[in-house]
Amino acid sequence: MTVDQPKYKTSEEVDFVIIGSGAAGGILAKELSSNGFRVVVLEQGPYLTEADFTHNEIEILAEDKLTNHPKLQPNTFRKTPQEKARPQRALVYGRCVGGTSVHFTANFWRFHEIDFIERSKIGPIPGTTFADWPITYADLEPYYTKVEWEIGVSGLAGASPFDPPRSKPYPMPPLPVKASGVLFERAARKMGWHPFPAPMAILSQPRPGRSACINCGFCLGFGCEVGAKSSSLAAAIRMAEKTGRCEIRPNSYVHRIETDANGRAVGALYFDEKRNTHLQKAKAVVVCANGAETPRLLLLSANQQFPDGLANSSGYVGKNLMLNSGGNVYAQFEHPLNDYKGFAVSRILHDFYELDHDKVGFYGGGGLDARFDFTPISFAFGGLPPDTPRWGKDFKAALAQNFNHTLEIFCHGTSLPVENNSFSLDPELKDAWGLPALRMTYKDHPDDLKLANWMFARAHELLEAAGARKHWGFPAQEAQFAVHLLGTCRMGNDPKTSVINADHRTHDVKNLFLCDGSSLVTSGRGQPTMTIEALAFRAADRITALAKRGEISG
Amino acid sequence: MSESVSRRQFLSQGISGLSAAWVTAHLPAMVAAAGYARQAAKSAAPPKFQFFTPEQAAEIDAITARIIPTDELPGAREAGVVYFIDRSLATFAADDQKTYREGLPELQARVSEMFPSAAKFSGLTAEQQDEVLHSFDEGGKSPRRPFRARPGAQDFFETLRQHTIAGFLIDPDYGGNDSGAGWKVIGREREHMFQAPFGYYDKDYPGWEAAAKEAEKK
Repeated sequence: MTVDQPKYKTSEEVDFVIIGSGAAGGILAKELSSNGFRVVVLEQGPYLTEADFTHNEIEILAEDKLTNHPKLQPNTFRKTPQEKARPQRALVYGRCVGGTSVHFTANFWRFHEIDFIERSKIGPIPGTTFADWPITYADLEPYYTKVEWEIGVSGLAGASPFDPPRSKPYPMPPLPVKASGVLFERAARKMGWHPFPAPMAILSQPRPGRSACINCGFCLGFGCEVGAKSSSLAAAIRMAEKTGRCEIRPNSYVHRIETDANGRAVGALYFDEKRNTHLQKAKAVVVCANGAETPRLLLLSANQQFPDGLANSSGYVGKNLMLNSGGNVYAQFEHPLNDYKGFAVSRILHDFYELDHDKVGFYGGGGLDARFDFTPISFAFGGLPPDTPRWGKDFKAALAQNFNHTLEIFCHGTSLPVENNSFSLDPELKDAWGLPALRMTYKDHPDDLKLANWMFARAHELLEAAGARKHWGFPAQEAQFAVHLLGTCRMGNDPKTSVINADHRTHDVKNLFLCDGSSLVTSGRGQPTMTIEALAFRAADRITALAKRGEISG
Repeated sequence: MSESVSRRQFLSQGISGLSAAWVTAHLPAMVAAAGYARQAAKSAAPPKFQFFTPEQAAEIDAITARIIPTDELPGAREAGVVYFIDRSLATFAADDQKTYREGLPELQARVSEMFPSAAKFSGLTAEQQDEVLHSFDEGGKSPRRPFRARPGAQDFFETLRQHTIAGFLIDPDYGGNDSGAGWKVIGREREHMFQAPFGYYDKDYPGWEAAAKEAEKK
């Protein structure tokens, strides 16, 4: 497929430069270009397509073909600000056109009403910056619906009694149930819980230019070779290109947002593939670089006028990082599940979305899902019961007995925002371009760990009811590795305690907008991408309205 | 060293809050490099060693055959794992050749120490071979602490263990797992697409609404 992409000169002041082409950036590119604006998207990673999305576990997973590369982009980690951070891979995110949405699991449930107003409902929590959102579920509902219909989400409306109100059903039925889903559904009902078909951003029916899921089994961690996974690449970027007003510029690593004497953003400075530097001029800058790279870019953009980093008068840029608590419980069953076939998740439940603090003794809530997201190699390293020998006859026998007899219960839940938990610039370590590396500081709030252990206990109960031959898990550990990157440039009405307003505009720089996981005020219950995309659709509406009223360039 | 210990813990325990696929993201670079072997695998029909001498290859092959032994089902030997490792080291993983260069003499020293009459590892009985490997394996049961205190030997065995598993279970299109031998063992069909029902428990599923009604009756 060839698309007539415009080629803008860097000296030409386009309407918007968008930094990052992932879940949020792809949608903003599509929406803003569809609304008539000239858009350049700068993506640090390559422009890969379906032909690049192989099943090679080593190339895709271990060599980070789709993701940030630990050698080029090293990180450091520490638990508290008092410690010196040590070099350690601390996070993974998508580094290609389409971003993390290319390789994600595609769990796509909406946040519930409570997620936006929980601070008001339950009051402050010591040691946290727990806050309400400046918008409510009702504000976001039309955009959740938009995500489902435009991006492509399969699911069954009304199947969960805990679901928030919706204006429209899903555009297509749920994906087929897996053996793990049937076991989960039956056992959950036995427990008196309410399982339902998992809403997934994976097509159960074909759409123009995209196949329905073929159940190839290489899903989480891999790109979809038939376009069934509703990534930004498959579902938004190509629409943006078709407008003829949007240029996707891959291999473009933005390292500074330039501002003028009036404190306005004038464009984005980036390295091209040969490490030459360019300034793409734009009337406004929209950063969608993810919850780690967005704050890093703002901090890298510090100058005389903004000595603590751009848009950082609150001091909150990079702070309040939330990862979503949780983990896996594993089980082995008598008969084959063959759960390696297909997408990861077919059944979930939300009975524990909102736990009663007075009863359980901690803040939080979450969900359980039944899944199998191992590949053959990763299963051999991480999927066997812990008492299995690591090599030899019994190891081999365990592989043979377990691979197609195993399922996982993934327990996902809240993280509380803690100010010290953050992404910042490492004072010593540099990346391959000579720029300060990302430093992650993270120590779970005690309630997050209590919640995870509480959820693990429910998963074990469920597996007992399901008749598992064996089930096992591990106590919750303090996180040292981030997948969900949330809350680091949070949205709010008060410029002292937030970075962007409800229009995604930074409080400090009038023509600078941020939209991605960093915008989230609370963590939700474990699956943030649906909400990030709904925010992106909404942000596009708000930004368009501002631009049309002359309130961005004026 | 501490980094590789934490990686091993990571691999053996899984990590809370993480999805399983990311476990493989923490495989050492050497395993990662092996992916590049696939070009060699596709072009070269007759297996010929590029990094190992034939004698070294026989020793490595013998070790892989104890890590994943042959029984009624194929093992690492039938999956051609030694060729996968050789191609990895020769084509791309040059940085990691050192681990093997230093590890093989360690292996020889261990064999001579434990079984003075034996010339090489591949000449030992299976039981003797396992005894030697247990002495390398930190996670194993051998009491021979002094030897394991030499870090090179331990890294050698752990690296080889991980490579053997990767070479046994990788998609056969990518340079290992000859004839899909590893997938036969774990019961993974070698199809590119599948249709529901997938397994035993979903084959009689009556559909969401019927299942809900059934549950209500109970």
